[in-house]
Amino acid sequence: MSTLHTVNKSPFERNALQSCVGHLMAGDAVLMIEDGVLGARNGSSAAAAVKAALENSSVYALSSDLAARGIKPEQLIEGVQAVDYGGFVDLVTQHARTVA
Amino acid sequence: MANKKRFLYVNRKAPHGTIYALESLEVVLIGAAFEQDVSLAFIDDGVFQLMAGQDTAAAGVKNFSRTYKALGDYEVRKFYVERESLEERGLTVEDLMPITYEDENEDYARSPRSCP
Repeated sequence: MSTLHTVNKSPFERNALQSCVGHLMAGDAVLMIEDGVLGARNGSSAAAAVKAALENSSVYALSSDLAARGIKPEQLIEGVQAVDYGGFVDLVTQHARTVA
Repeated sequence: MANKKRFLYVNRKAPHGTIYALESLEVVLIGAAFEQDVSLAFIDDGVFQLMAGQDTAAAGVKNFSRTYKALGDYEVRKFYVERESLEERGLTVEDLMPITYEDENEDYARSPRSCP
């Protein structure tokens, strides 16, 4: 009974990512979408939260939102996986719940 | 124009996720059309507006990032990017798009990187 958590707010402006990470259960997944993908880039102050999430969960970022913001795949925090819209759908079906 | 005022537009929001960045750009263009003295500041998530290589095709939203490069044609040439905001986001000026313009009088291109 795992949960997919979507985060669509910038971690530098809202605490959505931080709150999400604080409520993760082992085996959950985090999917960054829209301005949420800004937290997926390596070297920022949000990286610690993402790395904490990666300890017991999977972390994904939507590739179209990354591209729109000029973030390249090689700039992602190690362990963060880029997915397309099809991957988004797969994640939804793989988890019992989706929390936005 | 007799009433020329100085405007500093402070851009604090990331592009694409919300409408703020695009709306700000529209207002900047309006100010430029009225031949006002326009400067742009990019702080907080606003620095993401200037990211190089933005490709919005898959996201299906308008890619207005090219417009910043055209602002020089509207005499909007003063760009200021807060260094602290870049650092917090793991960015450097090298991650930003080069913005140059032709100076018709002196015939040289200048990048905002060389601005104070």
